[in-house]
Amino acid sequence: MRLYIARQLTQLVVVILGISLLAFAILHVLGDPVLLLLPQNAGKAEFERYRHLLGLDRPLYVQYWKFVSGAVCGDFGKSWYADTPAFKLVLERMPATIYLTLAGLVVALLIALPLGLLAALKRHSWIDTLCTALAVAGQATPLFWLGIMLIIVFAVRLKALPASGYGTWQNFVMPAFCLGAALAPITMRLVRSGVIEVMNMEFIKTARAKGLAEGRVVVKHAFRNACIPVITVLGLQFGQLLGGAVVTETVFAWPGVATLTVDSIRNQDFPVVQCAVVLLALIIVSINFVVDMVVGYIDPRIRVGG
Amino acid sequence: MSAVRAGDVTIGSAGAPAHPTERGRSLRRLWRLRWGLAAALVLLLIVFVTLAAPWLAPYSPVEVDIQHRLGPPAWMEGGKTDHWLGTDQIGRDLLSRMIYGGRVSLLIGVTAVAISSTIGVLLGLAAGYFGAKIDWIIMTLINVMLTFPFVLLALAVIAVLGPSLPNMIFVLGVAGWPIYARVIRAETMALREREFVVAGRALGMSHARIIFGQILPNLVSAITVVATLQIAQVIILESFLSFLGLGVQPPTPAWGNMLGEGRVYMLNSWWIAAFPGAAIFITTLVINLMGNALRDWLDPHMKL
Repeated sequence: MRLYIARQLTQLVVVILGISLLAFAILHVLGDPVLLLLPQNAGKAEFERYRHLLGLDRPLYVQYWKFVSGAVCGDFGKSWYADTPAFKLVLERMPATIYLTLAGLVVALLIALPLGLLAALKRHSWIDTLCTALAVAGQATPLFWLGIMLIIVFAVRLKALPASGYGTWQNFVMPAFCLGAALAPITMRLVRSGVIEVMNMEFIKTARAKGLAEGRVVVKHAFRNACIPVITVLGLQFGQLLGGAVVTETVFAWPGVATLTVDSIRNQDFPVVQCAVVLLALIIVSINFVVDMVVGYIDPRIRVGG
Repeated sequence: MSAVRAGDVTIGSAGAPAHPTERGRSLRRLWRLRWGLAAALVLLLIVFVTLAAPWLAPYSPVEVDIQHRLGPPAWMEGGKTDHWLGTDQIGRDLLSRMIYGGRVSLLIGVTAVAISSTIGVLLGLAAGYFGAKIDWIIMTLINVMLTFPFVLLALAVIAVLGPSLPNMIFVLGVAGWPIYARVIRAETMALREREFVVAGRALGMSHARIIFGQILPNLVSAITVVATLQIAQVIILESFLSFLGLGVQPPTPAWGNMLGEGRVYMLNSWWIAAFPGAAIFITTLVINLMGNALRDWLDPHMKL
C-alpha cells in the first residue's frame, strides 16, 4: 500500500508540473500579450517598455521558473487588467464553481443510479430500452443548446426560474440540471454494465443459493461491487465535469472560475488564466488521487496491478 | 437477471434448435443492428446533402435580403414557400445556410478526428508495445491532457492563435489524441503477449514490422469505433466554440455560429437557433448510434 501511495503521489506531482508547463507554453509561446494590450499605433519603444515591465523580455525558462516558484507560494502575479492578485480573483470565484459542480454531480447520480440499476435488473425489457434511448439522446444533446432551451422555456416563457445569477436556490436549479444531464448518460451506462457484470458472478449465485432475498442480493452484493468502476470513472470524469461547468457557466452567466477564465482568455490576461488553470488542475488531480486511494483500499488487485 | 437464471437452467436441455440455420443467424444479427443501420442511412443522407450543397441549396448561404428578414418557415403563418425554413436576422435563406453549415461541421469533425487518431494510435502503440519508460512518459502525457479540461485547452489555444477554420481543426485535432492512445495502449499490451507476436519476434522481425504488420491490423476495429464516436464529440465541441464566437467566423455558416447568432432572436424567431441545434442533435445522435452498433458488431466486449 505504501508503494502504491508513493507511486500515485509521484504521478500527481508530475501531472501538475506538466499542466503548469502546458498552460505556460500555450500562453507564452503561441501569443504575444503586448500586441493586444497596447493600441496598434503605439511606438516600438513603448512596446519594449511594456515587455520589460511585464518581464516578457527575459528568457522563457527564467519566466517559467519565476512562475512556478511564485505559484508554489500562491503568488501567480497580478492580473493585467484588474490590478489585483490573480490568486485572489480566482479564489473568489472558486466556491461558485465548486457548488455548481457538486450540484451537477448530485443531479447526475440521482438520475443515473436508479435508472442504471433498473435497466440492469430488467435487462432487455422496455425499461432498459427506454433508458438506453434516453442515454443515447442525452449524449447527443449539446449542453449549451439544452441550457438555452431551458432558459427559453422556464425563464422566458414560464417565468418560473431566473435565467442567470447566483445566490438563491432557484439560481441553482437550471445550471445544476444542465450539468447533471450532461454527466448522467455515461454514469447510467456504467452503473448498468457494472451491475450486469456483477450479477453474473459466482458470489451472486452463492448468495442466492444461500437463500438470501433478492433485494438483499442486489443491494448488499451486486450494487456495492458495481460501485467500484463507477467511482473510478466518476473521479476520472471530474475533469470533463469541470469542462461541462465551463459550458454551463457561460450559458447561465454563472460567476464561477470558468467564466472568469473564458473572459481572461479573451482579454489575454495571462496571470489569471494560468492561475485558474493550475488551481482547477490541482483540484482535479487531488480528486483523482483520493479516488485512486479509495479504490485501491477497497480492491487490493488494483494497487498491486497498477 | 431473470434471463441469466433461465440461461443457467436450459444449458444442455433440449428445446432450442441445436443448429440454427446460417441464414437465420445472419438475419438475427442484422435485426440486432437495425438501429445502427438506420442511423448509417440517415448519416449517409446528411453527408450526401452537404456534399451536394451547391446543387441542392436554393440560395447562396451568404446572400443578404434585408427586406425579408426574420421570415418564418413555410408551414407557419406568414411563411413563404421560397424560403422553406424561413430566413435569419439579415434575410439569408436558412435552409441554404443549414446545408452549407453542415459541410463545415462535418469537415472539421472528420479532419480533426483523422489528426487526433493518427497521433493517438502512434503514441498508444509505442506505449503499449515498448512499455517501461516510454509507457511512463506517454501515460503521464495522457494524464496531463485528460486532467486539463478539453474545452479550456481549446479556448486558450484559439484565443491565442486567433479564430479560423484551420486553427480550429488544428486545436481539435491535436487535443483529442489521449482517448485513442489510452484505448490502443491497453489493447496493444494484451496483444503483445499473444503467440503470433511472440513468434514474430522469435523469427527476428523488426519492431516496426511487428507493430504495423501484426499488431495494428488487429486494432482496426477498436480505432474505427473510437473514431466514429469521437466525430460526434468534435462536432459538439466545434459548435460550442463557434457559439462563443471563437470558432468558425461569420459570415461562413456553421451550425454552431448560426445557433450563437440566432440566440439573440430566440424569443420571437425561434427557428433561427432551433434548426441548427436540431441539426447538431440529429447528426451526433446518428453518429453515436452508428458507433455503438459498430462496437457491438466488431467487438461486443470492448469497454468504451
